[in-house]
Amino acid sequence: MREVWRALTRRSGWLGLLGATLLVVLVLLAIFGPWLDLPDPTRTNLRARMVAPTLSWFSLGAHPLGTDQLGRDILSRIIAGSRVTLMVAGAAVLLGGVLGTLLGLISGYFGGWVDRILMRLVDIQLALPLMLLALMVVAALGPSLRNLVGVLALVSWVRYARIVRGQVLAVREREFVQSARAIGASHPRIILRHILPNVLTPALVVATLELARVIVLEAGLSFLGLGIQPPDPSWGRMLADGRTYISSAWWIITFPGLALMLTVLAVNLLGDWLRDFFDPRLAVR
Amino acid sequence: MGRFLLSRLVDGIVAIWGVVTIVFVVSRLLGDPAILLLPVGATEEQLQQLRAGLGLDQPIWEQYLTFLGGVVRGDFGNSFQFMRPALSVVLERMPATMALAESALLVGVVLGAVAGSMAALFRGTIVEGVVMLLALLGQATPVFWLGLLLILLFAVDLGLLPTGGYEGPASLILPALTLGTFTTASIARLLRSGMLDVMKDDHVRTARAKGLLPGTVFLWHVARNSLIPVVTMVGILAGELLGGSVVTETVFSWPGVGRLIVQAMEAKDFPVVQAGVMVIATIFVVINLFVDLLYGLLDPRIRARR
Amino acid sequence: MALLAIEDLSVGFAREGRFARVIPGLTYGVEAGETLGIVGESGSGKSVHALALLGLLPQPPGRILGGRAVFDGHDLLAMSEARLRDLRGGRIGMIFQDPMTALNPVLTIGRQIAEPLMRHKAMSMRQALDRAADLLALVGIRDGARRLSQYPHEFSGGMRQRVMIAIAISCEPALLIADEPTTALDVTVQGQILDLMAELRDRLRMTMVWITHDMGVVAGIADTIQVMYAGRIMERGPVDAVFANPRSAYTYGLLQSLPHGSRPPGGRLMQIPGCPPDMFAPPPGDPFAPRNPFATPRCHVEAPPLRPVPDSVPGHMVAAWYDLPRLLA
Repeated sequence: MREVWRALTRRSGWLGLLGATLLVVLVLLAIFGPWLDLPDPTRTNLRARMVAPTLSWFSLGAHPLGTDQLGRDILSRIIAGSRVTLMVAGAAVLLGGVLGTLLGLISGYFGGWVDRILMRLVDIQLALPLMLLALMVVAALGPSLRNLVGVLALVSWVRYARIVRGQVLAVREREFVQSARAIGASHPRIILRHILPNVLTPALVVATLELARVIVLEAGLSFLGLGIQPPDPSWGRMLADGRTYISSAWWIITFPGLALMLTVLAVNLLGDWLRDFFDPRLAVR
Repeated sequence: MGRFLLSRLVDGIVAIWGVVTIVFVVSRLLGDPAILLLPVGATEEQLQQLRAGLGLDQPIWEQYLTFLGGVVRGDFGNSFQFMRPALSVVLERMPATMALAESALLVGVVLGAVAGSMAALFRGTIVEGVVMLLALLGQATPVFWLGLLLILLFAVDLGLLPTGGYEGPASLILPALTLGTFTTASIARLLRSGMLDVMKDDHVRTARAKGLLPGTVFLWHVARNSLIPVVTMVGILAGELLGGSVVTETVFSWPGVGRLIVQAMEAKDFPVVQAGVMVIATIFVVINLFVDLLYGLLDPRIRARR
Repeated sequence: MALLAIEDLSVGFAREGRFARVIPGLTYGVEAGETLGIVGESGSGKSVHALALLGLLPQPPGRILGGRAVFDGHDLLAMSEARLRDLRGGRIGMIFQDPMTALNPVLTIGRQIAEPLMRHKAMSMRQALDRAADLLALVGIRDGARRLSQYPHEFSGGMRQRVMIAIAISCEPALLIADEPTTALDVTVQGQILDLMAELRDRLRMTMVWITHDMGVVAGIADTIQVMYAGRIMERGPVDAVFANPRSAYTYGLLQSLPHGSRPPGGRLMQIPGCPPDMFAPPPGDPFAPRNPFATPRCHVEAPPLRPVPDSVPGHMVAAWYDLPRLLA
């Protein structure tokens, strides 16, 4: 832990530290948002439609970041949106991570035809742009929060599987695995006790990189109307709605996008740093 | 080389076959297309009729073979919206998508190469700092937001460029910039770190010991060697580019395949969705095949191994 | 007249905020036609000073702190980068240690040999490639015309070093600096490369600086030997005189650790105990004193100057406060 801290505070690590800080702030805002004294994000007020941001050097004003076409407070909607976004993306990355890691373990450990089929599957899925795959599945299943998480998990498992498999291949022949096998340990025991701990770090690195990808993908789907559905606020949807009013109310599209960019930036910074810290060899993919 | 080409070709065909299967599974097993297709309140009789018409009363594997056979012949069925073969509807939109993707790739490769080289050449200076900061931001900015911002700035505020549509080269500028930004940023970052690594290599010292001019050393001994990972990256980025084109085309009302797919989804026009996805996946596979070949041309060690 | 005269060259290195003078002030000369063998352990500054001369030292972390290096009447260290570039690969050739990494893996051998010819001799690509084929023959690679279109990975280590030699001599340099050119090679190949270089030196009448850690190699090729330790010259002189009558304990140690015919097979080779000094915190006196069983109290506090050895041949010099033959007797 101390080592991690030292690496974070080193000159090359300050970007990683910035990312981590930003992410912590975002998560705290998402968690404690409802306790902040902010207008209800779903309450419409047609008399206060498209109010310009009231934020100034001296005070926040009634609507710091303005209101949207239905008079809803944009700041509250951004914070409420961050809850949904982080929850969906987090769940998807976790689900995809568990699935991908498991399949990667199996693929790398057993090898043979299991490995061949799984890796072929990975190749096939990589031949399909993520956005299209997600679009297709959501269109067929219908948009709902659960489907969204499922789809995003489905598109992200491949990268875990690939990295984990590679790591397993490297670890499988090492002495401690060989000796575990020699004393007759069962396959699940060897996989879980001896190999899994060695693949968790790369899986974690992939998870951060995937988190950024999944957040953008979710926002994109929501932007196209296929992701998070109203009345749940979502950044992508806010952008799509604000598009119509782009010439009269610049703030509707500006702030949710800014929030999205900052989130992705924070995750990317942290992910880049984790990758460099743990394993520079992962750099290419 | 011939055998390598053949094996990559087989890989590509297998990948496309896999995509066909995924498309089939997604569209047939996750719901009854007949219910999706008919308006709410259709009678059971209408449903049966449509199922028979679509071959949905056949066993599933027979449906799969029929579908596969159709794909091989380029027959995805008729578009429900346009009452014409779905593939031809998609292919009509191809030129617009290709124009957009090609310009975005051009923007990305040229700007990314220049920015990445500058950052490597002027390492430790403000130039490197600015380029890297912009690249980080560029990678973190979602395409649809960037598109909206550019519209806001150049079309709404400055009134310089059209907000969207497909009229002349001016309308291509904003979409291409939007779609190309992620590529630019990724290539700039990769090229910079690649070049900094290569600059430390012994063979660069040899080149300098020959008294070669700095330009020669940079082009032939640094840039030339840093190209290989960039080419791999372009293959990966092509996927992001094609995926991103779906959103970009929607933002700019660009009449390409991506927007067509989104519209077809809203209209539950599955033949068009399937044809569109297949066409884009095929392009992606072909690009990666091409990237693999280029890879061999750039690195004699890989050429030898094949 | 000396072809190369180095005066008080001083080089430093910065690492993690600390600074080390790895070469505190080096002075020596190489006569035209002479072959100078510089011997020392890694970290003795033998490679670093050569890179510094040619402007090839990575700066930072390295830094040239001062001194002059006059080659053919001009100071290399004061010269503009452009003028230095004209000399590099032209009148001064250089060969590096590891032939596996010193060649560009993605360019043909032909192109890599042709580059300096196009640069310094204003040849066209076609002329340069013709010449490159001749050069390959000269360094003992047969079928040169065909091999020009091959890449480094198609050559063995010894062959690659021959290619490196071809590159270095392509413009018929007056001075050739060879930085451990045989260290990374198999023993049998080492001998071949050594013979080849000696032959080329005589044929092209090159002056040569041969940097190595191997006393045996120096004995085979050099006229003059210069033993370096911690950035200083410990002893220097004609090879025969120094080998027969070493005056520095360090030279003596190196010679003792060399296998030679007089020792019975299976007999133990002598080792010098300890390790080279930490250049970030160098000892105050003679840098070798902490490892030297013959060190006098003065050795630990005051660094000895390089002085002629009174009862030896001219040119034999040593930096030592002690009188080694008397201590050995």
